[in-house]
Amino acid sequence: MPATSVPRNLDVDRLLSHHRLMWRIRAFEEAALQANTEKLVLGAIHPSIGQEGIAVGVCSNLNRDDILSSTHRGHGHTLAKGADAGAMMRELLGREGGTSHGKGGSMHIADFTVGMLGANGVVAANIHITAGAAHAIKLRGENRVACSIFGDGAINRGPFLEGLNWAKVFELPALFVCEDNGFASTTRTAAMTGGPGPAARAEALGVPAVEVDGNDVLAVDEATREAVVAIRAGGGPRFIVAKTYRLTGHTASDPAAYRPKDEVDAAWRDDPIARLAQTLADAGVKGMTLAENERVAKDEMDGVYADAKAAPWPPLSRGYEDVQDAGDPRQGAF
Amino acid sequence: MATLTYAEAGKQALAEEMRRDPLVWAVGEDLGRGGVFGQYKGMVEEFGPLRISDAPISEAAILGSAVGAAMTGTRPVVEMRFADFALCAVDELINQAAKARYMFGGQTKVPLVVREPMGMWRSSAAQHSQSLEGWYTHIPGLVVVCPSTPADNKGLLKTAIRSDDPVVYFEHKNIWGLEGEVPDGDVTIPFGVARTAREGRDITIVSWSATVHAATKAAETLAGDGIEAEVIDLRTLWPWDREAVFASVAKTGRLIVAHEAVQVGGFGAEVAATVGEHCFKMLKAPVRRLGSPRVPIAYAPPLEDMLRITPDKIADAARALVKS
Ligand SMILES: Cc1ncc(C[n+]2csc(CCOP(=O)(O)OP(=O)(O)O)c2C)c(N)n1
Ligand SMILES: [Mg+2]
Repeated sequence: MPATSVPRNLDVDRLLSHHRLMWRIRAFEEAALQANTEKLVLGAIHPSIGQEGIAVGVCSNLNRDDILSSTHRGHGHTLAKGADAGAMMRELLGREGGTSHGKGGSMHIADFTVGMLGANGVVAANIHITAGAAHAIKLRGENRVACSIFGDGAINRGPFLEGLNWAKVFELPALFVCEDNGFASTTRTAAMTGGPGPAARAEALGVPAVEVDGNDVLAVDEATREAVVAIRAGGGPRFIVAKTYRLTGHTASDPAAYRPKDEVDAAWRDDPIARLAQTLADAGVKGMTLAENERVAKDEMDGVYADAKAAPWPPLSRGYEDVQDAGDPRQGAF
Repeated sequence: MATLTYAEAGKQALAEEMRRDPLVWAVGEDLGRGGVFGQYKGMVEEFGPLRISDAPISEAAILGSAVGAAMTGTRPVVEMRFADFALCAVDELINQAAKARYMFGGQTKVPLVVREPMGMWRSSAAQHSQSLEGWYTHIPGLVVVCPSTPADNKGLLKTAIRSDDPVVYFEHKNIWGLEGEVPDGDVTIPFGVARTAREGRDITIVSWSATVHAATKAAETLAGDGIEAEVIDLRTLWPWDREAVFASVAKTGRLIVAHEAVQVGGFGAEVAATVGEHCFKMLKAPVRRLGSPRVPIAYAPPLEDMLRITPDKIADAARALVKS
């Protein structure tokens, strides 16, 4: 098993905290897959198993009042930003007490109390939202950062050009992170992407870009740290491309038959959690401690799932709430 | 009271709101030089380029970033230049701005105003002349505003800026220069309250935006024929003042809805259907809609004029209804 990169000043506590959070994300996704198998997840979910290193490496450099926006594959990012796992699972099951009272589901999980401005059902839409959040931060003269995490498929939509250009011309405190897992749904992204790729496109817009191994949580952590320091110093937007692989199908119901088995097997040998565990073991952390992190995370998410199953449906009155202030949404109702 | 043009009234509303609230800001192409219709003239000098901000020609980013900025504690006013160009930002308005509050379970609101200069003026052809207000009334979450006078442009724009809902704000290009009395200072006009532009007992003409002026001209002509038409300016299409329309129809028993937009699937259909559902027994004649034929807008003046809803067309329709 390859380990991660090893920073000069190895901070074992920080690594252990990464390890715990990566396991919490994995265990959440596994519980969600279980719920999907039991037909309790009502809509599509997009697991982030295999991509936990990016969520954790990026979000561990964001403060609670920094902004994050995410995609359809947003569970890991949202957890890493500090959202409540229980409310998230209830949302997946469409229940009262979910992050959106069961009105949004997996693709619209948000937690504004931790600056998480939402997953998004429209590929690339969150790029503009983050640019705008960064714009507001600048107008208000605050020292916060707005971050957007999106897939490699998103770079072929307009918001990638318009949003990065926007962040550059206004020199906004924005961090853009592209999770390059090689696929956009069932299609290999490279087959549908012209030119030398996301980093070159960002550089062409004047946004400094770096590429990192997204399965090396410490490399992501370090690249993000450097980017965020530069952004907070007023250096304008930064771009990170993190190479990774999604270890499951595109959705919970996608068997991903379009990928050869040896490719997937090789990817499992590059599992970001196992790589961090190796680094920790090399640093002398006991196997027992690492196993404990895994067990605690699984217990937590088992509890979260049990709690969500027991939660009631939202009352019908919720259906008319939070549409808008002006006008009566019941006009013309049954 | 001061006499202002429709464009100046909008500028006064925005300037007053920007002085009142430092979190209000405007962004759009060419705003630093006053905007393409001069409706921001002189504003950058007072408020600076951060708050009267130029933008790249990126309508989707203008609107999409406004959504993020609105969710992060500011109140953006975005300029789309022409309603036609706002179509480059449909996802940002419909899927993001209009939906965020609901799909995030009330965790956020999106207080932004989208200014969309609309309608026919002269020879601007198919991509610079459209009236698309009806589309947006179909979208839960949006407010739709169509002022017809300088006073309303001031009062409604102020209300739009203070609203926590995303507001699609249609200013008609053909009346930028229209002058009228505008109240001084902080006078706002609530959404959903129609204005009776003229009182009458024989027929109700419901309209909005520039077509209100065609309707009042028609009413003057009709008065010469002994027909007293009541002209109701809806001012806002969502929410819209159903009660004012019902009350007028109860009095007159006849209804024309006149608008510049294509008649098929236009907001006139909503007004007509609602009156049909609620006022059937009060009607002395069938409800009549007047809107543009379902044809793109042409460049050559005779072809363009053929599509316009003129005072004559409205008056003819009214005479026919009163006779029937
Ligand atoms: C505008 C838009 N087009 C298409 C889709 C359908 N869709 C959902 S996810 C996805 C693939 C996205 O790929 P990528 O951005 O690489 O993210 P990943 O799924 O790999 O995390 C597609 C095509 C969508 N949600 N939005
Ligand atoms: Mg991808």
